[in-house]
Order: sequence, then structure tokens, then C-alpha cells
Amino acid sequence: MREVPVELLVIGAGPAGLAAALSAAKEGCKDIILVDRLNEPGGILPQCIHNGFGLRFFKQELTGPEYAQRFINFLAAYPQVKIKTGTMVIELTRDRLAYTLSSREGLCCYRAQAVILSMGCRERPRGAVNIPGTRPAGIYTAGTIQRLMNIEGYLPGREAVILGSGDIGLIMARRLTLEGVKVRAVLELLPYSTGLTRNIVQCLDDYDIPLYLKHTVTEIYGEKRLAGIKAAPVDDQLQPIKDKVFALNCDTLVLSVGLIPENELSSTAEVTLDPATNGPVVNSLYQTTVPGIFACGNVVHVHDLVDDVSEEGRIAGRAAAAFIREKITPRTGVSVKPGRNIRSVVPQKVLAGETTLYIRAKFPEKDLFLQVGSDRVKQRVVTPGETIRHTINDDKFAKNVPHIAVSLEKGGENHA
Amino acid sequence: MPELTCVICPLGCRLSVTLTPEGVQVSGNSCPRGKAYAIEEITAPKRILTAVIKVKGRDQLLPVRTATVIPKELLFTAMEEIKKLTVTPPVNMDEVVMANLAGTGVDLVATKPVA
Repeated sequence: MREVPVELLVIGAGPAGLAAALSAAKEGCKDIILVDRLNEPGGILPQCIHNGFGLRFFKQELTGPEYAQRFINFLAAYPQVKIKTGTMVIELTRDRLAYTLSSREGLCCYRAQAVILSMGCRERPRGAVNIPGTRPAGIYTAGTIQRLMNIEGYLPGREAVILGSGDIGLIMARRLTLEGVKVRAVLELLPYSTGLTRNIVQCLDDYDIPLYLKHTVTEIYGEKRLAGIKAAPVDDQLQPIKDKVFALNCDTLVLSVGLIPENELSSTAEVTLDPATNGPVVNSLYQTTVPGIFACGNVVHVHDLVDDVSEEGRIAGRAAAAFIREKITPRTGVSVKPGRNIRSVVPQKVLAGETTLYIRAKFPEKDLFLQVGSDRVKQRVVTPGETIRHTINDDKFAKNVPHIAVSLEKGGENHA
Repeated sequence: MPELTCVICPLGCRLSVTLTPEGVQVSGNSCPRGKAYAIEEITAPKRILTAVIKVKGRDQLLPVRTATVIPKELLFTAMEEIKKLTVTPPVNMDEVVMANLAGTGVDLVATKPVA
């Protein structure tokens, strides 16, 4: 097998990997390989043809393909970055050997001085939500529908029901409607949507698509092709109320029931994962617990906004370049400690200086304050669907404290 | 009395809009931005439209967008025109693939280059 030495290997050429490779190149890294198993760079962005990307990073509202193209154009100025598409990393070791497979080069082994994990996340499929019934054609995840419609040019069906009110499901409700598919309903198990409010308004309300909160699919029926589903409201224990079951005819069921960071390679590299995010534990520099291995983007935690993914990529790329240059041993940093109504906080380890924390609430609440160490910030409203960003900008956090407590506390002033 | 949800910030205020002889009255908003949003939504709602079109001789489609917002009521008319479109490569980024989409005065532009 060919063994190729490389300074930096970036795994995954989506928004995180593109930003990381660019940032490492700008910081003087001379030899960067960016691999992706798809045939074009951009990750999920090429199929996200809707607008809403880049407001923070580029101060304008771009579509997914436009956002990706900007980074691809930036990278064109750095010949030290080689993008290898159609290449899949099949194993990564703790000492940064990466085995790749491609039809062009066959099996290859890269010996990297630093590695950036930017593999993104995957959708939860039907099997992850255990819906009873037959197994006909016509059941897709929202991202699969998105790829079929926006890249490959297929219309998946004529009448659809969407389970789950995550952002991709909402975006696809609009996209299906505009292409002439009747979207009969969006069903959400929880009493609130996990999608962004603007998506509820501009993807459902605009097209009079009903959103059934506290509802789920109880049965799938149809032999070769999906013929319909049965739906029911759920009680407070999220169990279907059996005497309220109703049928919805449809030939397409779209699942938008959550995303999971893809960490098979992180696991083979023995990177420690956080059970709250399902992604690697990282510090303020997006270093994982394994020296020389960094991680950024949706592989670390699922983001609402691509702009934040790019920002993490930038930090990880710069840190990886510094690691290659100075061979610094990673410091662990002070742990954040999630408290009341906090599902997750990233980074999990804070170093001295400035760190932007991405905080996700467990449940929706109003009139609160966010407590981060001694910082206290008013929060009028929180929902699990919208990440809270809070930048700590003070060296005192990293000194003399065992941990930084993060919580959402009642008692914020009422401005409603 | 039309009801709508403000999308300016995550607060998602429920807005009520009333037409009075004095003009448009908005209630339920927490800030002036909510009022401006409500008035535009009630009087002339506009949206960016994105879609894909066929590319001659290629399997892959070309993603397109309206260069700016178009009236919401024309979205489906615009889609009918977009569905009939085929472009011949090469196509540059931001190239106009159809001028004056659905009589809106707004152009439809490519959001990706095709070599």
C-alpha cells in the first residue's frame, strides 16, 4: 500500500472542511489534503438550493450552492490545498494514519501530522424511530428527498406527509409544494417545533400546510408503494392516544426526525465523545482529546446555521496549523458544566481568552437569564431549535475555577 | 383581523394587524421591526424563489434563484415558467437564465457555474 506523508488531512469537504482547509492554508500550512467521498466539494450545500445562508459570515443571504462556491473560489488561490473527491476514509488511527479508498488511487494510507474531522452528520432513518407497518417504497428522509429533487431531478411522489418539524423537513415541505406535490400535513411528536420560526412561517404558513403538534405516525400501510399512514395525537408520555387515530392517504412519507453527528472515524481514532452532542469533546481550539486531531462543524454538534460551522472550521484550521508548526501539546482547559435546562454546551473545555459557546436548551421557556460562570444575560425566549451563542471574553474563567457552570435560570425581566 | 408570526428574531411574536381609517395598526409586536414586518407582510408580501432547471446534455440540474424578492402571489406562476426552462452550458455564476421572471421585473440567475 502507498504511504503518503502529509501535513494536514481534512476529512470531509463540506462547509466545515472547506473553511478549515482554507484557514490552515492562510496560517501557512504547506501541504493539505481535503478528502470527500462525494464527487464534488460542498457537502450538503449543493443540494440546499434555498436561501438563508451566510448572513453572519458574508453579511448577505446566499443559497447553499452560492455559499459553497465562495469557499471553493477562495481555496483556488491556495494550490497547497488538494481536494480529493470520490475518496472515502475507511479508518483513522490515534496516531493519525488514515486509510482511504478511491477508484482512481485504490487503497492509500496518509500519515498526517494533524487531522481535522469534518464529516458532518447523518439523518435518523425510519429504523431509528420504530414506526410499525409494511415496508413499501415511498418512505424517505428529508435529505434524500432534497437530493433526489435538487441534484438528480426526480419528483418523489404526488402526495406527502412529513414526520418531524426539523428544518430540512420544513424546507422540503415548501420545495415539494412548489413542484406540485400536495403536502397534507407535518406531524411533530413534541408540543413545539424543533425548526426555526422563520421556516415554520415561510415554509408551512405561506402554503397553508397544517402542522400537527403532539402527533405521530402510528402505522404505515401499502404493499409495493406507500398508500397512506395512520396518525394520532400523543399524550404527555408521548404515547399515541389509540381512539383518536386517523388516516392520511399519501404516496410519500418524509422523515425529518433528527440528525446525528457521524463519528465512526472519531471512534476508530479513540476520540472521546460527549453523550449530550454525540460528537467529540473539544476545547476552545476545537482540539479533540487525541493530540493532533481536531474537529469542527456538524460532526461536533448539529448546528442551525452554516455560518457557525464555517467559524468553527476557521478556528480548527488555524489551531491545526499552529500544532503542525509548534508541536504544542493540547491543553485540556476548564470544563463547562451544563445545569438547569441545558442539553449541551460546545466547546466542552474552555481555554483562556475568547471562546464562543454554543448552548442548546432542553425545552422551550420564556423570560430567563443565561448564567455562564459569573456572566448573566437576559433571554426573552429559548427553544431547543435555536442555539444560544454566548462569547466569554475574560481570562478569569480559565483560572482558579474547577468548572464553568452554564444554566438557564428563571427570573428574567418580562418584556412581553 | 389577520394574525401572523414575526420572523425577524427568535422571539416569534404573534402579531395582529387591523386596517383602520388612520392606517394599518399592528399589535402584539415587541419592537418597531415587528411593526414594519407586519405592514409589509399584510400589504405586499415578498419572497426569494429558488428552484432547479434542466441543463442540456447533463444529468445534473442547475440551481437558480430570483435575483431579489418577488411578490408572494406570483410564486406559482414563476414556477410554471421555471419548469419549462433548459439552459445550454457553459453557465456562469450569477448569469441571468431568464429575464423578467413572470413579469416581475426580477431576473432568474444561476447560483452555480456549469463548465
